[in-house]
Amino acid sequence: MATVKLSFSPAPVHVRTARLVGVAVARRAGVREDLLDEVRLAIGEACTRAVALHRQYGLAEPVYVEMSDGGGYTVRVVDRAPIEAGLGLAALGPDELAKESLSEDALTTGVGFALLAGFVEDLQVRPVDDGVGTEVWMSWPAGRA
Amino acid sequence: MELSLATRAVGEHTVLEVGGEVDVYTAPRLRERLLELIDGGARHVVVDLGRVDFLDSTGLGVLVGALKRLRAAGGSFALVCDKEPLLKIFRITALDQVFPLHPTVDAAIAADSTGA
Repeated sequence: MATVKLSFSPAPVHVRTARLVGVAVARRAGVREDLLDEVRLAIGEACTRAVALHRQYGLAEPVYVEMSDGGGYTVRVVDRAPIEAGLGLAALGPDELAKESLSEDALTTGVGFALLAGFVEDLQVRPVDDGVGTEVWMSWPAGRA
Repeated sequence: MELSLATRAVGEHTVLEVGGEVDVYTAPRLRERLLELIDGGARHVVVDLGRVDFLDSTGLGVLVGALKRLRAAGGSFALVCDKEPLLKIFRITALDQVFPLHPTVDAAIAADSTGA
């Protein structure tokens, strides 16, 4: 089982790097070519969410990403924000999305979760085992297990 | 690829061609440009996503922000997109029911001009 670990300071500019690495490892692991766009988007959304939380709570600690290809391709994105920050998967309907009162941040968060839930069949958002924080766990079938 | 932005006028419509990656890092530049256009008096804006190869929730948030702002000002906002991966993003988020989506700039302008 090969594992690639990445940690980056919580700045938007690094999210693209995480996406690129995530897709490279997925390809290497044998994830089907037509799933790679979804892998790229999902890793991007999970990292964007983590960066937003770290900035919201003023946390300078890095966001941690771990990719492994033991029996499928698995990605963990770990943030260190207080748990109450966002375990819920908010699904917004079209009426809510178009509402004047919905802030852009709230909309982006809701849409981000909708994309994660829509693109990742095997998705878990759960508290980390050690200390404070949340882990977004995602898995895709990989040809070369 | 980095974000690229180019504006042109087609009749009373302002067409903003977007290319490259729209994500949490580049979306603020898209937001700024849209605000500049709206503050500069543009009321009918068409955003052409034809050359976008990545769009995330932050980019979608910026587009919804522009749509609301223009509607509040009595204007209109439409998107041009014919790439299946991007269209899937709009369907999954239900934003395909929020934005007027058209396959070409001409179709977007024609639909808008007939009061659709």
